[in-house]
Amino acid sequence: MGHRLQIGDRVVVRTGATPGHIRTPRYVQGKTGVVERVCGAFANPEELAYGRAGLPARTLYRVRFRQTELWPGYRESREDTLDVELYEHWLRPAED
Amino acid sequence: MRELLIEKQVITAEEVRAAVETLDSRTAAGGAKVVAHAWCDPEYRQRLLNDGPAACRELGIDIGPTRLIVVENTQAVHNVIVCTLCSCYPRMLLGLPPDWYKAREYRSRVVREPRSVLREFGTELPDNVAVRVHDSTADMRYLVLPLRPAGSENLGENRLAELVTRDCMIGVTRPVMLP
Repeated sequence: MGHRLQIGDRVVVRTGATPGHIRTPRYVQGKTGVVERVCGAFANPEELAYGRAGLPARTLYRVRFRQTELWPGYRESREDTLDVELYEHWLRPAED
Repeated sequence: MRELLIEKQVITAEEVRAAVETLDSRTAAGGAKVVAHAWCDPEYRQRLLNDGPAACRELGIDIGPTRLIVVENTQAVHNVIVCTLCSCYPRMLLGLPPDWYKAREYRSRVVREPRSVLREFGTELPDNVAVRVHDSTADMRYLVLPLRPAGSENLGENRLAELVTRDCMIGVTRPVMLP
């Protein structure tokens, strides 16, 4: 299965969580990061949680964020980063 | 759920029992063996970083369907693992997670003030080392490959493995030479 995003792409995480089981933490929603790696395609956990098959499988990425992007007022070090796994339908390419 | 799956003949009681027994038998010794071997064999280290599950199998450690990503500490980057949504953990390599790993305090704080949390574990990182938090939100599981401690050059693989604790493979501490 193909994937739309490539390593190094800048992406924005969608906001507006639907009610129910999601695997996208609120603290990354609306934030901009960079694709660190493509993990492969997996059954969608938002469907699996309700006993459905979770198909078609969704591509899972690891996205790297600067801590200063995630937390306004983050003071520990400007070099600190956070990696998180996100499904393709939660990501859109960053504009610019 | 278990009873239903057995009744529908999806799985047998024996399969459930055997799976639980396998999981309960796992300890951090598995992860320590992998780390010590990677310290001694640079080509193995590379294979471990490229394909964690295959590299574990090389040492006779079957981690089943676990999708393992090994993240390497360097002089410039220190890695630490968390699961903010629940308590995802590489049980096949580290055994059962400690209570603090599952606690709300660790899960909420390590993502937003990792250096403060590490300091509470006794880990003081210099400013020129970046902290990289890995939030295990979906299908991947993580293991930190720590830095081999200074002064351990003459130790064999078994002695090295004794230095590799559970906590340093989660990334809240660093291995030190035993006195």
